[in-house]
Parts: sequence; C-alpha cells; structure tokens
Amino acid sequence: MNIIQIILVLLVAGIAGMGSVLDEAQTHRPLVACTLIGLILGDVKTGIILGGTLEMMALGWMNVGLAMAPDTALASVISTLLVINTHTSIGEGIAIAVPLAAAGQALTIFVRTIVVFFVHKGDDFAQKGRYRAIEWMHVIALGLQALRVMIPTGIVLALSTSAVEGVLKSIPTVITGGLQIGGGIIVVVGYAMVINMMDVPELKPFFYLGFLFAAFTKFNLVGFGGLGLILALLYLQLEYSGKNNRAQTATASAGSAQQGNSSSAADDDLDDDLDD
Amino acid sequence: MQTTQTGQNKVALTNKDLNSMFFRSMFLLGSFNFERAQNMGFCFVMIPAIKRLYKPGKERNEALSRHMEWFNTHPWLTAPIFGVTAAMEEEKANTGKVDETAIAAMKIGLMGPLAGVGDPLFWGTSRPVLAALGAGIAMTGSIIGPLLFFVLINVIRLTCKWYFLRYGYTKGSEIIQDMAGGRIKKLTEGASIVGLFVMGALVSKWTTINIPIVATKINGKTQTVQDILDSVMPGMLALILTLFVSWLLKKGVNPLLIIFAIFGLGILGKWLGFLG
Repeated sequence: MNIIQIILVLLVAGIAGMGSVLDEAQTHRPLVACTLIGLILGDVKTGIILGGTLEMMALGWMNVGLAMAPDTALASVISTLLVINTHTSIGEGIAIAVPLAAAGQALTIFVRTIVVFFVHKGDDFAQKGRYRAIEWMHVIALGLQALRVMIPTGIVLALSTSAVEGVLKSIPTVITGGLQIGGGIIVVVGYAMVINMMDVPELKPFFYLGFLFAAFTKFNLVGFGGLGLILALLYLQLEYSGKNNRAQTATASAGSAQQGNSSSAADDDLDDDLDD
Repeated sequence: MQTTQTGQNKVALTNKDLNSMFFRSMFLLGSFNFERAQNMGFCFVMIPAIKRLYKPGKERNEALSRHMEWFNTHPWLTAPIFGVTAAMEEEKANTGKVDETAIAAMKIGLMGPLAGVGDPLFWGTSRPVLAALGAGIAMTGSIIGPLLFFVLINVIRLTCKWYFLRYGYTKGSEIIQDMAGGRIKKLTEGASIVGLFVMGALVSKWTTINIPIVATKINGKTQTVQDILDSVMPGMLALILTLFVSWLLKKGVNPLLIIFAIFGLGILGKWLGFLG
C-alpha cells in the first residue's frame, strides 16, 4: 500500500464513521463502504462481493429511537481491508466483521455520551447568542464520530500485514467454516427485525405470499419488487373502495374500528422497538 | 431584508435560507447524544432562519436556546418539522402572536407520528428492499449492485427532504391536520406490503441452510435431510427460524445475542457435521 492509498482509506473510514451517525447518504452501509475500500485497494470485485454479503447480514440493522444498531462502518472498512490485504476468504471477512460491528457499536455509544459535554457548552453559547460557536460544537461532535472509525482503521493499517495474516491464518477452519455457515443463516435476524417493524396482522399474508412465490418460482428480486408494488396498489384500491361501499351500507363504524385497531397495533409494535 | 423599508418591519425567510436549512439538515444527527438526542442538530439546522428573523439580542438568544431542547425523530422526516418550525418562528418574529410553548408543542407533537411513519417506510421498507436488491447483484461481483442501492436510496431521501421542507414551510401548521388524513396511512400501508412481500421472498431465496446428513440410500443414490426438506418446501427451515427470531425479538431478546448464538450454532454444526 502506498501513502495515497493509506490517506484514501482513512478518508473513507472517516466518511463511513460520519455516515453511521448521520444515517443520511448511507455511506456506512457495507454495500457502499466495502466497495469504496475495494476500489482504493485495487480489488473492487472482492470489495463488492464482501459488501453484498455483509449487507445481507445487516439488512435489518437500524437505529430506531435511542437504540443503536451494530456498527456497519467499522466492520465494513476493517474487514474489507483485511480480506484484500491478506488475501483471505470472504468467510474470514465475515468472521472478523461481526465482532467489529459490536466494537463499533460500543465506540459510537461512547462518543454519543461524550457529546453531552459539547451540548452543555452549546447551551451556554445559545444563551449568549453565539451561534457560530454552537455550529462548532456540532461539527466537533461529528468529527469525533469520524475519528471513532479512523483511529481503529489507522491502528490496523499500522500493524504489519504478515502479523495480521498470521492471526487470521491461525483461526481453525472449523471456526471460519462455521462462521460462514452462520453468515448464511444470520440474515434471518435482519428479516425478523424488518417484519416486526411492519407487524400489522392483516398485512401478514403478504409475507407468506412472498415466501411461497419465491419457493416455487424463479423470479429474481426485481420481479419480486414489481410484483409487490402491484399487489400493494391492488390492495389499496380494493381496501379504500371497499370502505366507501361499507360506509354506504351503514357499517362504517365496524370498518373504522378495525382501522383503529390496525394503527394501534402498528404503534404498539413501534413502541416495542423503541423499548429495546 | 429590503422589506424592512416598507414600514411593516416584516421579515421573511429567503429561498437561500431554506436552501441552507436543507443543506444543514443532512448533518442533523452529527451531535446525536444520549441526553437530548438530536437537540443541537436541530438548533444547527435552524440557525440560518434564526439569524434572518431575529436581530442580535435577547430574542435571538432565546430562539437559539429553545431549539436546544430534547428532540428525536426519523432524520429524513424532520424536513416538514423544520418547515413548520420556520413558518412559526417567522410568525413569532413578525407578529409575536406565536408563543414559545406553541412551537415546542408542535415539535413534540409531530415528532412521534413522523418517526412512526419514517421508521417503517424508510428503515423497514425502502432501505432493506433496495439493499437486498443491490446486495443480490453485488454478490455476483457487479458494481451495478452498490450503485443501484446508493443512487436510488439517495434520490428517495433527497426528494423527500427537499419537498417536505418547502411543503412544511408553506403549509405552516396546517400540516398537522393534513397528517391526520388518510394519505399517510395509505403510503405506510402500501410500503409495508411491498416490504413484507419482498422479505418473504428473501427468506426463501437468500437464506442458506443446508443439512447434509444422509437420510436414505437407494440404489447408490444418496438423499440428504436437506433434499427431503426441499422436496416438501424449499426454504422451510429458514421460514421457521425467521418466525422464531421474530418472536424472540418481540420478547425483548438483544439482537446481538441472537446473532452470536447463530454463529455459535454454525460452528457447532460444522464441527459435528449437521450443517454444511
């Protein structure tokens, strides 16, 4: 690795770290971060494949309320770095990504606690009308989130490749193989998180419909997306035209009561998520 | 600024101020903290408006301070709240008829419902569906996968943020009535259907569980447990496991714990040979 690559890797680490807290442009998602690191290191294909694999695992990792998801920024950057630099397998990439995601989560929680100090400073500045200083407090807090990924990445870069390789190679195959198997199964946690979020009982059949379609047809995901969209449109048309009819036949109260239930069920579910 | 010469002393936000708020809103979560969540970020976004509306002095300082209060919602759907807040601040600066509590109440009032829409719509549907689509393509090593995800998710995000900021500003507090209407419910419901349908398909297509234990041996043709399960219904184990994890999560089990447990299972399965 040359000096330009090192700078670029650190830059991507910083952008991913900021992306992880901002949750805006999604630069912290494995699909984006791994691809960028792969691009810098001259092996974009490995970056993309690892990114895709990790992305499937992290599908349902989201920040809801005050709950923090495992951190994909640190996991993506360092695992891609190691897989490409030490020529190890995607399986080993997954093996290191998961503990890294937990470590990244701990680090972001740490930073989000420290930021309380800057916020108190911000209060003082607000009372004095010093808006520039408030802006600085905000930007420094964001900078800390960048450093939280840049520093560990820098440490990994400073270690010699052979040392890291030695550690990775010393992992028994039953562990790496097992983690690869686990990686294929782990995606269900993401699916479960997503379906829990949309846990409206009368919409649940669509989940099973999707499952059955996929089990017995050869549609790809674009096909499923399109099919899902059409089903959604049809459902909404029928549901809302049906409600008008019911209103005319004076059973509107039943319809609206049912609606009330469904929305409260959705609220309850969201509360559950927030409670986590 | 020129309007001050009309004798009315009316100040209004310029297009530039709104653009500045739009740009700043992409950094809303930079100072996310465990004491007051997005509070300083909110103030950071409001600064262009506060600078325009209040001259240096007590009123400006109060305005800065009141936007340092606790605030937390879905980051992309803060746009309408910023719009309405800007409209109310403008009213307050010009007529003084809006009091601080009204602004605070509106922020708190919109926060919950918008998180309730944003979390399932963006974190529950748009992102996982696009990410799964992108990851599926990425696992073949194609750059189309990451690009597709990155471009589409950001087009959705920026369109929403841009449109809703202006919508909130022009509609002012009317937006609260608008939210109670059926349109948002329809949107959430439609998105949930697409999300659930695609998740159902993913459970079947993208989860890899393989039980290579030989079950029968007829005429030298071996049949594993997995072959038998697949002949009944492909992806059955994945479905059962997804529903089980969904149930565990509802019971409040930490997702990271489940993830580690599944990796443990993978290693155990590899070691004992019941998973492959």
